[in-house]
Amino acid sequence: MKDRLRRSRLFLPGNNPKILQDGGVFEADSVILDLEDAVSIDSKDEARILVKWALRDVDFRNSEVLIRVNSPETEFFEADMGVISDRVDGIVLPKAESKEDVKNVASVLDEIETEKGIGREIIIIPTIESALGVLNAYDIARLPRVAALAFGAEDFTKDIGAERTPEGTELWYARSAIVTAAKAAGVQALDTVYPSVHDDEGLRRETETARRMGFDGKSAIHPNQIGIIHDVFTPSREEIKKALAVMQAIKEAEEKKSGVIALNGRMIDRPVVERAKKVIRLAEAAGIDTEHLPEE
Amino acid sequence: MPVNAVGREIPREIDGRKLIPFGGAYARGPEGKLHAPKIPPLIKPGESKVLPSLDDAIEKAGIADGMTLSFHHHFRDGDMLVNMVLERLAKKGIKDLKMAHIALFPVHEPLVKYIADGTITSTEGSLNGPTGRAISMGKMKGLATLRSHGGRVRAVKAGEIEIDVNFIAAPTADTYGNCNGFWGKSPCGPLSYAMIDAEHADKVIAVTDNLVPYPALPFSIPQTHVDYVTTVEKIGIPEKIVSGTTQITRSPARLKIARLAIQLIKDAGYIKDGMSFQAGAGGVSLAATKFLGDMMRKEGVKGSFAMGGTTRYVTDLLKEGLIKTIFDAQLFDLYALESLRNNPDHVEVSSEMYADIHTKGAIVNRVDVSFLGATEIDIDFNVNVNTHSDGWLLHGTGGHQDVAAGSDFTMILAPSFRGRIPVITDRVTTVTTPGESIDAIVTERGIAINPRREDILDRLHGSPLPIMPIESLLKKVQKITGAPEKPEFEDRIVAVIEYRDGTVIDVLRQKKMR
Repeated sequence: MKDRLRRSRLFLPGNNPKILQDGGVFEADSVILDLEDAVSIDSKDEARILVKWALRDVDFRNSEVLIRVNSPETEFFEADMGVISDRVDGIVLPKAESKEDVKNVASVLDEIETEKGIGREIIIIPTIESALGVLNAYDIARLPRVAALAFGAEDFTKDIGAERTPEGTELWYARSAIVTAAKAAGVQALDTVYPSVHDDEGLRRETETARRMGFDGKSAIHPNQIGIIHDVFTPSREEIKKALAVMQAIKEAEEKKSGVIALNGRMIDRPVVERAKKVIRLAEAAGIDTEHLPEE
Repeated sequence: MPVNAVGREIPREIDGRKLIPFGGAYARGPEGKLHAPKIPPLIKPGESKVLPSLDDAIEKAGIADGMTLSFHHHFRDGDMLVNMVLERLAKKGIKDLKMAHIALFPVHEPLVKYIADGTITSTEGSLNGPTGRAISMGKMKGLATLRSHGGRVRAVKAGEIEIDVNFIAAPTADTYGNCNGFWGKSPCGPLSYAMIDAEHADKVIAVTDNLVPYPALPFSIPQTHVDYVTTVEKIGIPEKIVSGTTQITRSPARLKIARLAIQLIKDAGYIKDGMSFQAGAGGVSLAATKFLGDMMRKEGVKGSFAMGGTTRYVTDLLKEGLIKTIFDAQLFDLYALESLRNNPDHVEVSSEMYADIHTKGAIVNRVDVSFLGATEIDIDFNVNVNTHSDGWLLHGTGGHQDVAAGSDFTMILAPSFRGRIPVITDRVTTVTTPGESIDAIVTERGIAINPRREDILDRLHGSPLPIMPIESLLKKVQKITGAPEKPEFEDRIVAVIEYRDGTVIDVLRQKKMR
């Protein structure tokens, strides 16, 4: 499903069986079985074998299952794509720089889907982690199969020759550009990982910033980061109440067969409706019963 | 052989000792009168209780072959007294001693040789680590009896353990025998487990490394119970009272267990004003205690009391005013000592008041929710904390049976497997606590509620928690780990696992060596 919630995407190193077997336990919206950066060059084979078995045997519960393959320019790409089975929901494509990069992967997926009889579309989440990728982000985001654009800060910083700072000022342009490109193409924008696993406060701050910027989710490199990320993406009571009022106005307009939706005398346009729907989805994902919102 | 209420075969008698099969958590009421020690000898004004050395005290107490000795375990793995006393007795060639300690730890490994050479021929306390292993191997001539904290108090009161000499490692003692664990160079906090022994033993020796002028306050053990006072260089290492860890776990699976447990008690309706709880030590329990505090704060709830084993996270709740009282029978870290010393709402209680079933109401009966651990849990909710799934005796019972039976909602917090060994199994190696006392099992892969608790299941209706029948949880785990082979045992029974009421819930046989 292209537009499912992706508040959190948890990276699971493909060569670590202990972590893979717990992959479904942490309730990340997506898990990424990683064949790329988390796996050293001499462990690529074993990671592929382990991921293949994990896809067969591990219960990932409600998490979307993504595979991060090595870049198509590497010798590993082809074998990586070979692990895809009908348990895979999507591919995370590293270092996406042009629409050709994504198109090539899409055509490989066409073949795999036919060959393996996979009856649904495997999505692609390109990761933008270079200057060229940022400039081509909109073209990439518009392609079929693309469900979201992800941002990779570490490689991007190296690519532009910037210094990585705790405040992340060097990333502002790229992050904004990626959110804008993704939204213009009607797909999600997913923020980079927060690398300090023990700094819960730092993670919370950076996730809050991402949310305010328009990102739909943030990647996690440790399961303990998921709770905080979900917490930040949980709408406040005020937001939920507002969203419920919008939904009520839509219902009333439908009942009156009126083409105009109005709330408190003001017309509601489409983005507001979409926003309200999303707030309700986020609230429900956080386990909030929006139909019986408790009194304060 | 008779089969008890948890389906275990219990012999009618072992070595002339009659065993009563366990019949249910509250099936056996008390009988008879309390056991009493000898009336103590006259102590006239001006007489001194202070003896120059531990050797003198041992001499004076008249320790002889076949006697029963007791020791408290407040220093846990930092205890120095047990080894000191046993070394001296072994040197004197004393044999056939019955050890009625509360609990032994890895530090007490020297006792393994005294078990093997017949200095010690039976034990009446918890065995954690090497001494338990030695008993599993059949090295001891007689039997090991394992009891819960409350069960041990009951056995002393009933005269089933008759203590000849009780040694008290006393962090502070005055010259007339008043002792406490609050002060001195080796503080251990409460002396809760020593209290009942001091009352019932024929001879009581306070051994201290901080002898102070009369009177020492507070007198956790009063002068009226103490025969002699003596000094040694050091009685124990306070830093080693730490049980397991003082740090909240960083393991994502274990944090998840703690979070699920707190959500469970919330959804089951226990987060409310006046609530009480007990949580132990160990990374998961610490996390659960912290998350419980977070939840109480969020919900604006003020609790009543926490029963300790006390950790810094429990004392933080008291400091913040989220609970009114800590009842403390044992410290699990030294941070909690500061609170015990300075906060009048943090009070020392005896192990009798904490956990004894045959008393006029123990504190465990007033606990709403408890968080306990397990080495194994089976589909009847029976819990094993004494042995590992490989059949080795490695842990004492602690307060497990007492808290499980007393508290209204007892949760076992455990990972679904450790290493490759599943914690949930079809049948536990030994039963420590009967399934009837266990209300919920919380693992990172799901929660199982005891079907007896229909009320809880009703309250949890509609809860988004991953609640499933325990059979499904077992299947889930076995899908990953497979079903491991069961350990093999010889015929000889090496340990009796008593229930808190004195009946026998299980026996442990000598481990078959390959």
